[in-house]
Amino acid sequence: MDRRTKRNIIKGVKYLLIAIVTAVWFFPVYWLIATSLKTRLEMFAIPPKWLFNPVPDNFIDVFWERRYGLTPGPTEFPKFLFNSFFISLSSIGLVILIGTLAAYSFSRFELRGKNTWLFFILSTRMLPPIAVVIPIYLMYQRLGLLNNYIGLIALYIMFNMAFAVWMMKGFFDEIPRELDEAAMVDGYSRMGAFRKAVLPQALTGIAATAVFCLIMAWNEFLFAYILSGFDTRTVPVALARIRGESGINWGTITATEVIYITPVIVFTFFLQKYLLRGITFGTVKGR
Amino acid sequence: MKEKNLKWILILPAVIILLFLVFYPLLWSLGLSFYEYSTMIVRPPKFVGLQNFIDVINDPTIWHNFKVTAYFLAVALPLEFLLGFGIALLLYEEFKGRRIVLTILLIPMMLAPIAVGVFYRFIYDSTFGIFTYILSQIGVKQFEWYTYKWVIPCVALVDVWQWTPFMMLILLAGLMAVPQYLYEAASIDRAGWMMKFRYITLPIIKPLVGIAVLFRTMDILKVFDTVFILTDGGPGNASELISFRIYREAFQYFHTGKASALSYIFLVIIIVLTNIYLRFLTRRPAEARVTREV
Repeated sequence: MDRRTKRNIIKGVKYLLIAIVTAVWFFPVYWLIATSLKTRLEMFAIPPKWLFNPVPDNFIDVFWERRYGLTPGPTEFPKFLFNSFFISLSSIGLVILIGTLAAYSFSRFELRGKNTWLFFILSTRMLPPIAVVIPIYLMYQRLGLLNNYIGLIALYIMFNMAFAVWMMKGFFDEIPRELDEAAMVDGYSRMGAFRKAVLPQALTGIAATAVFCLIMAWNEFLFAYILSGFDTRTVPVALARIRGESGINWGTITATEVIYITPVIVFTFFLQKYLLRGITFGTVKGR
Repeated sequence: MKEKNLKWILILPAVIILLFLVFYPLLWSLGLSFYEYSTMIVRPPKFVGLQNFIDVINDPTIWHNFKVTAYFLAVALPLEFLLGFGIALLLYEEFKGRRIVLTILLIPMMLAPIAVGVFYRFIYDSTFGIFTYILSQIGVKQFEWYTYKWVIPCVALVDVWQWTPFMMLILLAGLMAVPQYLYEAASIDRAGWMMKFRYITLPIIKPLVGIAVLFRTMDILKVFDTVFILTDGGPGNASELISFRIYREAFQYFHTGKASALSYIFLVIIIVLTNIYLRFLTRRPAEARVTREV
């Protein structure tokens, strides 16, 4: 066998392995989506149905109760979906605002004990959530913040703060200081320069950080489960109610899941460049 | 406004939130860990000194929780590392469609563990689950994953599916950071790929391996959502990881004091492990490395 054939074989094997890895990793997501579009019979068929006619029934069930023995009418799901959107969106709005200001200061000024402050902020991210949730529960109980939007929003701000500050600091560090200085020479104040000169340059960074924080808030379960009540229940908490259930209605559950994960998958496709950077906390440069 | 004041004012809101929602609660629960207290009973907390800590240490079922957590780590971490490294090597060279492959690999880690737990319950189901079906096709008839023997490896597999891509991404970044000219120079010296790997690639990616392993170790120790939805700690307490036990102590048995003590022991273990890792794996502290890279 000459060198060339040998190299081609190696290449072929490599592509085959890549295809297998990709297929294996995508399969569970595919299977979930496929199941949500199947009829009850097809869903549980053995051997599994690979080919089927997609039907929207399960998705209708998520929004409209029509199961035998239950009163027909709208389900509670839209409320939970609204809660998820409302809590994550409000919290990221605030965390981006607060985090960006802090990051700008960390990026531009000499601060006494700067690295200590930065490490303090980072360290809040290393804590196991379960270790803080008990005292927060007690604190919220006393302040009347259980089953309250403000309680969860504040927590998600805390939860994302380290990430927002570190990410935004990274983006600001890449914008030359001369830009702020030039604006200040033109008569802008420090904050004016920040708003007019630096912020527009950092917009993509802000967007990327926001999406990342949004996904984290959207996905959070433990705090939401322990601190929310019926009125503030989010989608993950609603999903968790299948725990311990034996006769799970898989049609509705899979459809709910698909609705719940779709925004995340769409974001992932469109923003993968930034996500790569975010996930690894800046250790991977966005490519 | 003077810059001197401004720079602190900008940081203030962030710091206040963190102090109020992280450090104040943590101090509170440190205090609580010395009291006998339950959120269920309306009775003032009773000071018991170190009794909660002694209870935790003397409780054999808590040792079991630690063992289960270690077992979970021992299954998931090496698999994630080896698979992640393997896939990173596969994806190292540019090829058509690499972006799509990377995006697909990104999806699992962007999904909520709770959502992933729910659909793995469907996949693992012993009557109609696709996992059971595939196993039966390759000769493993009637596989029951929800058993004392298999539950941890099966939960670990979910973690591997979700987080191997994370390992892969960091290692891939490390591989891409190796300057090409080093390989070229080595080729001129007729070095084989083993030599190149051992003396060029490995030393350069070592700090990143350290970071990846450290992040995964901490996160695996903290796993809660997946176990909560997938196994509920069962069968029996076969998959009761530490986080799950803390949850049970606090919100099912309402032993608030004991749960706080266990949280603290857990916290200290994580901090100690982090420091050992940082010393052992990188000459340069990892946070300095992250600072530089960001």
